[in-house]
Amino acid sequence: MLIEYGPQIEQFLNAVIAGVMTGALFGLMCAGVGLIYGVMGVVNFAQGEFMMLGMYLAYFFTSTLLQSVLGPIVGPFTAAILTGPVIFALGWLTHLVLLRPVTGVRGANVEAAGHYAQLILTLGLSLILANGGLILFGSSPTSVRTPLTSQAFQFEPFGDADVMLFINQNKLVVTVFAMALAAALWLFVHSTKTGRAMRAAADNPDAATYVGINVDGAHRLSFGIGVAATAIAGGMLATSISFQPYSGTEFVIIMYAGVVLGGVGSILGAFWGGMVIGMVQQLSGLFLDLQLQSTAIFVVFLLVLLFRPQGLFGKSAERT
Amino acid sequence: MERITSRTVGLLLGLIVLYGLAASLVTNSYYQLQLTLIPLWACYALAWNILSGNSGLISFGHASFFGSGAYLVVLLAVKFGMSPWLSIPVCLPLGALLGVLIGYPTFRLRGYYFALAMLAYPLALQNIFEWLGFQEVSMPIVRDAPAAHMQFTDPRIYTALSLALLLVVVFVALKVERSRFGMSLFAIKQNEPAAEAAGINTFKWKLRAIVVSGAISCVAGGFYAVVLLVVTPPSVFGAGVSAQALILTMFGGIGTIWGPLIGAITLIPLSEFFRAELAEKLPGIQGVIYGVAITLIVLLAPDGIFWRVKDRMTRGRAQSGSVAPEIPVSVLHGERPATGEVMLRVQNLSRAFGGLRAVDNVSFDVHSAEILGIIGPNGAGKTTLFNLLNGFLPPNEGSVNFQGKELVGMQPNQVCALGVARTFQVVRPFLRMTVRQNVIVGAFVSADTEAEAEVMADEALHRVGLTHKADALAQGLTNKELRLLELARALASRPKLLLMDETFAGLGRDEVEEMLETIRGLPAGGTTVVIIEHTMHAMVRLADRFVVLDHGAVIATGLPNVVTKDPQVIEAYLGKKWMALSAEN
Repeated sequence: MLIEYGPQIEQFLNAVIAGVMTGALFGLMCAGVGLIYGVMGVVNFAQGEFMMLGMYLAYFFTSTLLQSVLGPIVGPFTAAILTGPVIFALGWLTHLVLLRPVTGVRGANVEAAGHYAQLILTLGLSLILANGGLILFGSSPTSVRTPLTSQAFQFEPFGDADVMLFINQNKLVVTVFAMALAAALWLFVHSTKTGRAMRAAADNPDAATYVGINVDGAHRLSFGIGVAATAIAGGMLATSISFQPYSGTEFVIIMYAGVVLGGVGSILGAFWGGMVIGMVQQLSGLFLDLQLQSTAIFVVFLLVLLFRPQGLFGKSAERT
Repeated sequence: MERITSRTVGLLLGLIVLYGLAASLVTNSYYQLQLTLIPLWACYALAWNILSGNSGLISFGHASFFGSGAYLVVLLAVKFGMSPWLSIPVCLPLGALLGVLIGYPTFRLRGYYFALAMLAYPLALQNIFEWLGFQEVSMPIVRDAPAAHMQFTDPRIYTALSLALLLVVVFVALKVERSRFGMSLFAIKQNEPAAEAAGINTFKWKLRAIVVSGAISCVAGGFYAVVLLVVTPPSVFGAGVSAQALILTMFGGIGTIWGPLIGAITLIPLSEFFRAELAEKLPGIQGVIYGVAITLIVLLAPDGIFWRVKDRMTRGRAQSGSVAPEIPVSVLHGERPATGEVMLRVQNLSRAFGGLRAVDNVSFDVHSAEILGIIGPNGAGKTTLFNLLNGFLPPNEGSVNFQGKELVGMQPNQVCALGVARTFQVVRPFLRMTVRQNVIVGAFVSADTEAEAEVMADEALHRVGLTHKADALAQGLTNKELRLLELARALASRPKLLLMDETFAGLGRDEVEEMLETIRGLPAGGTTVVIIEHTMHAMVRLADRFVVLDHGAVIATGLPNVVTKDPQVIEAYLGKKWMALSAEN
């Protein structure tokens, strides 16, 4: 029985493992998006570009210094973590200069433009960053390889060689980091005073202002942390795929698919949404061509939007 | 309503002819190609504007239509040798069909969700076309009778065709913009629930808009294949193609035909110039320019160049010329008819949100020609009750009978069409329309022609005493005038029953007096009134009868002077402590 279906079982289980590992990383990206959307109510189209910047930063940190100082394994991962503070600062500045006039307490009063100003602004930002990246970094694919990238743990769960499972060591490290960071993000938002202020600003900006919360500040913080989380995920991802300046755009749909799937406004929901998207991508590879794998994600995304816009795990998002 | 004036038509024709003449002097084929592309992209942006600019539903996915048109034309030419003269017209039904297929499910979504969902369609199509192996498809070159296959050696002919297409599209867009179609979409953009309550079938108009918009975009895509000769999935389905329509329109001005035209003639040459000059050194410069342009526009002139200029020009005019207000005609109407038979019968109406019973087993009657006040403290369920009556919310149980017809289960626009109008707690005028245009939107539900709607609007303005402000822009009105405007908009459809939600909110004492006069006159004009209010003082002098709500349930019904002495009512308003105090006295 087992021997007869051995190859299928092997393929399936390997896809599940790959799905969990991809999903954890997507989950971290989505948690970043979810934080921004949850607190500010802003759909940030440039999120993918911040991730792309994270990839390039990780690459430059690694190749200029960290690889030689910390070695070929610790170096790239440290680099990925270090992109966090840099992108946080960039996100902070972006909010201060560009987003503040059209979001938050002030944005609520921009009646005519309020609906789409944020969308258009982040779309413009995404165009500038992606194409500016092309000017700065060139179009040739880049990657950050670690010696772990090509190594895998092997298992024989049923004690024979019919079913062999592989866990890529690099992806395993990435998965652990991603889960830990997402958990830290959740803890920060849910059990620190700053996190409470952020949630209060999200719930009711006016009331938060009256009780002395700096709503603009909370927005800026969440925007900075949100793009930083996604950028770190990008830095991690850079160790297993090659990327170019337009890579960020490809991930925007994945991120929002995860966030909508998980239900907006919840970091945990966004993480699990990203996990599901990772699973869908990897499992669809069992019976779909590579080119159609992202189409599978779009289809899942559309189905969720159309039939359960409040997300699989979320509360109702529709308000009158 | 703004008519399509001969001045507008003349200006448009003149500009297009001028452009054609100038283009005919250009012999360089590269420049000629750019001159062909400007009107082409303008057509596509105009199509986007018909849906997104007018209705406010931002589509990030118009490349679905554009790309499908391009592939239809190129594939029919490759597989069957079909001439674009035949296949481009086929783009019309294809685009319309896609519009229905995409619009039907996606219009369930609002705001960001709509935008995100629209983004997914072209990206999915792009992958599918790559998977099908159509990475790069070229138009076959036809040697004999090339003109029959839309192939010309003189590139100026393409520009002429492009301009001809633009001419047609501009007039379609103009027709949409300045008709009931455009006004309905505009009302949806401003406030979809209010539009629905004013009798506009929002779903129907949105679907029509995406059908027209999709058909035109599809044709533009088909012509693009003819002009560029090579079609690849990213070049016609890519996110950049979807963004193009939006960027050109947003830059030029959203919600007006001039926007896409201004955007196309400015940004296409600008970005192409930089691309041609700097692409070798700075490969992404075109995208950076688009990004900077759109970012600056959102920050400096959020609705685009056209509106910024127009607002500046009209600012001086709006303030001048104020005439003394006339006396509302309704006051002069003399005798008010006696209250008659039951017009609206509400029975056992209930609605819960989770564990909260917002409206709890409510029953009451409304008699014709009366003014019924529904009062109760904040959170008593008054607005929820209205939402149940006019179809915004389905009740959990109960029935609402209006002149023999059951309203439960109807859409708000159907309720309105039966003669039940409504105003809102928060006034949402259409700020960039004149007072008269605002009211015309409300008249559409019962007017057969646009001329009839205008007559009804003028009558409604007269009824509330706002005729002297008819041509002022709504954004210059005072709070009281805005309330009157909303009242006129609701009255324009000549409703039999008017549901008024907190009409006195934010008004000063004198203004309340004037408003009271106007409302008192409504039954004489044939409109029965149900009015919600949480403040008592104005209501005791307005309403014939009271229905008092507290915690979702009716606690008292009857004449004002009786109800206001009811201990239960006093308790609901003031709490137990005051009850004890008044008992001591």
